Amino acid sequence: MKIKAVASKIGPVVIVVAAIVALWYVGAVIMNTPWQKDMYQRAKVEWTTSQLIRDTLAQKRPVLPAPHQVLEEIYKTTVLKKITSKRSLIYHAWVTLSSTMLGFIIGTILGIVLAIGIVHNRALDKSLMPWVVSSQTIPILAIAPMIIVVLNAVGIQGLLPKAFISTYLSFFPVTVGMVKGLRSPELSHLDLMRTYSASQWQVLWKLRWPSSVPYLFTSMKIAIAAALVGAIVGELPTGAVEGLGARLLAGSYYGQTIQIWSALFMAAFMAGSLVALVGFANTYVLKRMGMAT
Amino acid sequence: MDDTSVIDINDLSLTFKTGDGDVHALSNIDLDVKPGEFVSLIGPSGCGKTTLLRTIADLEQPTAGDISVNGMSPHAARMSRAYGYVFQAAALYPWRTIARNVSLPLEIMGLDAATRQKRVAENLQLVNLEGFEKKFPWQLSGGMQQRASIARALAVEPDLLLMDEPFGALDEIVRDHLNEQLLKLWAKTNKTIIFVTHSIPEAVYLSSKIVVMSPRPGRIHEIIDSSLPRDRTLDIRETTEFHEIAHRVREGLRQGHSYED
Repeated sequence: MKIKAVASKIGPVVIVVAAIVALWYVGAVIMNTPWQKDMYQRAKVEWTTSQLIRDTLAQKRPVLPAPHQVLEEIYKTTVLKKITSKRSLIYHAWVTLSSTMLGFIIGTILGIVLAIGIVHNRALDKSLMPWVVSSQTIPILAIAPMIIVVLNAVGIQGLLPKAFISTYLSFFPVTVGMVKGLRSPELSHLDLMRTYSASQWQVLWKLRWPSSVPYLFTSMKIAIAAALVGAIVGELPTGAVEGLGARLLAGSYYGQTIQIWSALFMAAFMAGSLVALVGFANTYVLKRMGMAT
Repeated sequence: MDDTSVIDINDLSLTFKTGDGDVHALSNIDLDVKPGEFVSLIGPSGCGKTTLLRTIADLEQPTAGDISVNGMSPHAARMSRAYGYVFQAAALYPWRTIARNVSLPLEIMGLDAATRQKRVAENLQLVNLEGFEKKFPWQLSGGMQQRASIARALAVEPDLLLMDEPFGALDEIVRDHLNEQLLKLWAKTNKTIIFVTHSIPEAVYLSSKIVVMSPRPGRIHEIIDSSLPRDRTLDIRETTEFHEIAHRVREGLRQGHSYED
């Protein structure tokens, strides 16, 4: 019974993954074939279909690398390299992760502070919210270099400028989510506080804040993924030499598609882990608060 | 103004301005409540009974007339935490245990931990909820949740208890039981209670004074003083006296909105 239950859960996932991998291999063969045929023609060699397939999946700079090539590259740059090495993917991931986390933390705090202001002050609600929304309509790729350049001019370098781009992307979902969360208490819960003639801060701390915790975690899940995107984007336009963004950039300069894909995989893995981590924290906190259902 | 009145209302009116024009929620209300009385406000929906209670609690503002609670304005009474309010829904905070829910008003009042603990224990005992301190609201039945919310209102130690259909959402068996407990509590603590209900037996069983209200505009139709003794059990509902009072209340309710038929 138990095995059956597990199988029925894992089965569909395995099938989907297998289908994606199969499609990927087919795609890799099709997309890498023109170049491979070109090579055969220049070298004037005869070729068979099976040889073509084998060769398209083993190119050094394929249009679309095969899954096993990406996995091999990841293995080589994580397990086989020292973490301190500039060629270690873990090293680059760590660089990106640290600015992601710093930006995410600043963004979350900023988002909470803005939301508290917006909820408590009508003027802020009317004046701030449009700016918060329009800030997100500016393409991050356009504004990222300016943030880096401006901060560089005032002497801020290193981790912080990149973190600020993460902040720029991550404060928004937190602000929007927390405004909703801080306004979520039922009318009778608010009336109760009035009958106690509670101060605004008491209402905030004892009612609005705890009510908004589920909203906070939902926004933080979105914010942390956005922060990672921000950190990677922040590494792109600056000619950074470290971080996943730098790996992507270097890979595209030199046509190292396998390196690009392995960096992308690492970024996806990190995003998934970070979101899952926020999810675990969510479950734990709500359970402690007696609100897990 | 009578100095000994807990609540003194003279010619009070409250009009809500809405898009469709004015709604006269309360019109020319006169009511005088003495210490230790159990006053029920009864009437069909829309008669303003909850609005009247909320006005006493300073949760709504009257548009005309005078009202005093404990000899002061409702606002001053609210600021001095002169009353405990029990809502229709228990309105317990789901992230707080029962003990911490009861402790909530005490935290806001700034009482020290020892006093809080003492009052929480006392009031949970008063509503027979000892042993449920560490439970979360969702782990309790509806009746127990409402008892916890009564304990929370009592923890403030007010002389005045305002109750807005507190047992309205409960089944009759639980309601009977809680009515009995509430009477015992009233006898023990000698508090003044204003109780909103739409159940005739409940109003008659509990009250020393029954205020019959009628809608459009919300007004007091009749005030019936109960001749039943203060000390009562559920059996009193079988007596002729009980039925007579219930009959008068029913007649009053019928007259109050006879124009609707």
